[in-house]
Amino acid sequence: MRFGVITFPGSNGDHDALKAIELGLKQPVEAVWYRETSLANFDCILIPGGFSYGDYLRAGAIARFAPIMDAVAEFAKQGGPILGMCNGFQVLTEAGLLPGALLPNGSLQFRSQWVHVQVERSDTPWTAGIDDGTVLKLPIAHGGGRYFADPETLARLEANGQVVFRYTDASGNRAPGANPNGSLNDIAGICNEQRNIVGLMPHPERAFDAIIGGDDGIKVLSSVLEAGIAAVAGR
Amino acid sequence: MVEVTAEVLAEVALSSEEYRLIVEKLGRTPNAVELGMFGAMWSEHCGYKNSRPLLRLFPTSGPRVAQGPGENAGAVDIGDGLVAVFKIESHNHPSAVEPYEGAATGVGGIVRDIFTMGARPIAILDSLRFGPLTEARNRYLFGGVVGGIGGYGNCLGIPNLGGDIFFDPAYSGNPLVNAMCVGVAQRDELMRAKASGVGNLVLLVGADTGRDGIHGATFASVDDPEKSHRGVVQVGNPFLEKLLLEACLEVLQTEHVVAMQDLGAAGLTSSAVECASRGDVGIEIDVALVSRRESGMSAYDVMLSESQERMLVVVTQEGLDEVRTVFDRWSLHSDVIGRVTDDGLVRVLDNGDVAAEIPATLLTDECPTYTREGIESTRTIELRQFDPLTLPDLGSGGTPAASDALLMLLSSPNISSRLPVTRTYDSTIMTNTVVGPVQGDAGVVRIKGTKRGLAMKTDCNPRYCFLDPYLGGMHAVAEAARNLACVGAEIVAITNCLNFGNPERPEIYYQLKRAVEGMAAACRSFEAPVVSGNVSLFNQSGSEAVLPTPVVGAVGVLDDVSLHTGSAFRDRRMVYLLGSLDATLGGSEYLARVHGRTAGAPPALDLELEWSVQEATRRAIRQRLICAAHDCSEGGLAVALAESCISGGVGGRFDLSALFERATGRQDQTLFGEASARIVVQAEAGRERELEGLCSELGVSCLKLGSTSGESFVLSPILDVSLSAIESAWTQALEL
Repeated sequence: MRFGVITFPGSNGDHDALKAIELGLKQPVEAVWYRETSLANFDCILIPGGFSYGDYLRAGAIARFAPIMDAVAEFAKQGGPILGMCNGFQVLTEAGLLPGALLPNGSLQFRSQWVHVQVERSDTPWTAGIDDGTVLKLPIAHGGGRYFADPETLARLEANGQVVFRYTDASGNRAPGANPNGSLNDIAGICNEQRNIVGLMPHPERAFDAIIGGDDGIKVLSSVLEAGIAAVAGR
Repeated sequence: MVEVTAEVLAEVALSSEEYRLIVEKLGRTPNAVELGMFGAMWSEHCGYKNSRPLLRLFPTSGPRVAQGPGENAGAVDIGDGLVAVFKIESHNHPSAVEPYEGAATGVGGIVRDIFTMGARPIAILDSLRFGPLTEARNRYLFGGVVGGIGGYGNCLGIPNLGGDIFFDPAYSGNPLVNAMCVGVAQRDELMRAKASGVGNLVLLVGADTGRDGIHGATFASVDDPEKSHRGVVQVGNPFLEKLLLEACLEVLQTEHVVAMQDLGAAGLTSSAVECASRGDVGIEIDVALVSRRESGMSAYDVMLSESQERMLVVVTQEGLDEVRTVFDRWSLHSDVIGRVTDDGLVRVLDNGDVAAEIPATLLTDECPTYTREGIESTRTIELRQFDPLTLPDLGSGGTPAASDALLMLLSSPNISSRLPVTRTYDSTIMTNTVVGPVQGDAGVVRIKGTKRGLAMKTDCNPRYCFLDPYLGGMHAVAEAARNLACVGAEIVAITNCLNFGNPERPEIYYQLKRAVEGMAAACRSFEAPVVSGNVSLFNQSGSEAVLPTPVVGAVGVLDDVSLHTGSAFRDRRMVYLLGSLDATLGGSEYLARVHGRTAGAPPALDLELEWSVQEATRRAIRQRLICAAHDCSEGGLAVALAESCISGGVGGRFDLSALFERATGRQDQTLFGEASARIVVQAEAGRERELEGLCSELGVSCLKLGSTSGESFVLSPILDVSLSAIESAWTQALEL
């Protein structure tokens, strides 16, 4: 599968995403410059973490206007698998490709730590290889990861099974202290209604090797290899 | 022509004697722009006029050294054709005035120093000193500095691997903010800031130039720095720096860049002068060609602005288009502002008219240096003679009981968990972090594409340096090396940042000189040369100077990064004390925290024993004989054992009776006495005999203390407390 990783000015997780695919997944991967206008050469797209455009104004608020974003929207419309991680998740909500918004952490401080998230749905291209209920250990590193949506949207997300990752303790129980940013319903990651776009605050691309703290991220990234093929075939 | 009055000289921080020297060497009186350039270049920050003779005492060469002091950063060979490029630098004065921006631009400056050398920055560390957090002003400074370090470094996407933090009343109003950056480059691709090739073009890249930071050099010489200088503290733009970082590393892959020099202290003046001086050429620039942030700026303003995120790049004429294409791609503005000449002069034009013309070396090599006489303060001599054992032992004469004292020490801001700070710094980005903050005694990153790893740590116990600067200087190096050994690495080189008070005072000069001599002795012993560094003097308000703080930033190599350890104990394994059996309370955290005294003679340091203990630990890690190692430093053995238990979430029963007996029954000395050459290790199950054998082979004492398990923390025959009690003391003390 051909992976594309979008680089905006200020992206800094693009390196990790490229390395995770290259070293962790051993798949072909290329960086895509934000001024490009086509994603025709790719089977799936990663929008990496960082501080696109310095996070000035609001995280992701300027990146949504970057030239590449029209191609991202088109790729999404055709059912192509897209994964937004951290700032990538923020960009996707700002672009309206995922519902809701990401607010400053409840602590009002940046948080860099390892967290546990439970995979609630395996019916997305980014979780297809993971059994429902599996708990993953992944790092977070963000100042604005508190997922928020209005009550109706939130109810619809829950009803549709669009909550894909939720913060839990190591045993998969929702627990005080397990949620690092105060997100509503302990939400760590969601998908769109069509389920091809997934955004999450934790960093699967930073967890592809035991020596750097864990390799659970591989499970997320490799899911697209199995299930994503169906999604690719379907578009 | 300005009239040169005492006020004019004070503004540029030059003495009348120095002015006389300038006139003599120049053969005429300097104009205002020239005088400003001399002031900046002959400041301590750029010219090292008080410290240069002392810095010559450091060993700076060795088989691994690829670049010693004198460039933007030092570089050492780490194998596989790679070099580690690193440096530490102070941003104390700006941080005292505007803590967030002061610390942020400190990070920005040191990171630029690393990528200017052509190295990819891979880690940031910080060594911080503040007054007690019981004072509101200190809390404000602490919060602002930590916020600025995180705000800038997180945006750049460089992992922060910790460093060290220390609090003492001597830093009230004079915080120390030292930032260190480590990068990696191909040895044969190292770039230098040495202009060459007459006719080559001088390109100024990055931010537009504004009035911020003008007169940074005079910071320390005004009565009310806050009032006068808040407006001149530079404001950082980490987003712009990220673009500059990527673009600069990209243009260095072309063949067209001859030299690169970032604009830091003294801005365009210092970068142009240093580039010309190092290359033994001249440089001519026209300030009219510099893009400005505001109108009405004079040549003086442009030459002395310290606007951040700017880079001077010397390129060949034929390569200009290709280089500018790269900068354009990263949306970075670049101006051709001048060219390299053959006359050795730095010539500044203002729309064609000569605004300044000075031989480059006059501003660098001919900066006067001062060797002063140092005299130790009698107060220090008296304090050092204090015998801590004249104080009542724990549980008697008003001194708290042993278990209470342990909780007091664990909740000391100098000992408690650094997690509240380090969790606000991104430590996992770049996917190299093997041992992150709070996980071990030093940070460890892997080098992708090789088996190797790099370990790094900053250290300095300023109390030891205050009580005995020579010994304290040695300790700073030895402790940094010990911390590297505890993760399995061997020290290869250091960088340092010498933070002292006013060197014109004999007792301060004494501290500086003796600390440098002590560091130099330890560096020689460890065969760890000094490859870069920075000096920050005049850290004092009124007559109160900061504690002498020669911060060491040490870098070590792990040939096989998979063989490393952290400091957390595991369940049900044996714990040993390697090295010194005796400790002292002189200069200890215990004396300061429990008795409110900074006094006594600091622990002695046997450099050979120190090396043996470190070597035993390293070998034990490489042979997988141990699963945890932790240095005994502030707080002594009891604190080291407690920290490793808390980190591992496991209790332990340890028998200290042999040590208690050696300490002639003194509980305080047994538990909290401090010593060098002392490391607590935990043996892997079934490897205890081999560990003992290895130590005996190296002549290192290996004392079995006990084992881990359960929910109690027992140091027999002295104390017994619950794991949860020590855990909450240690983890809940520091608040951001």
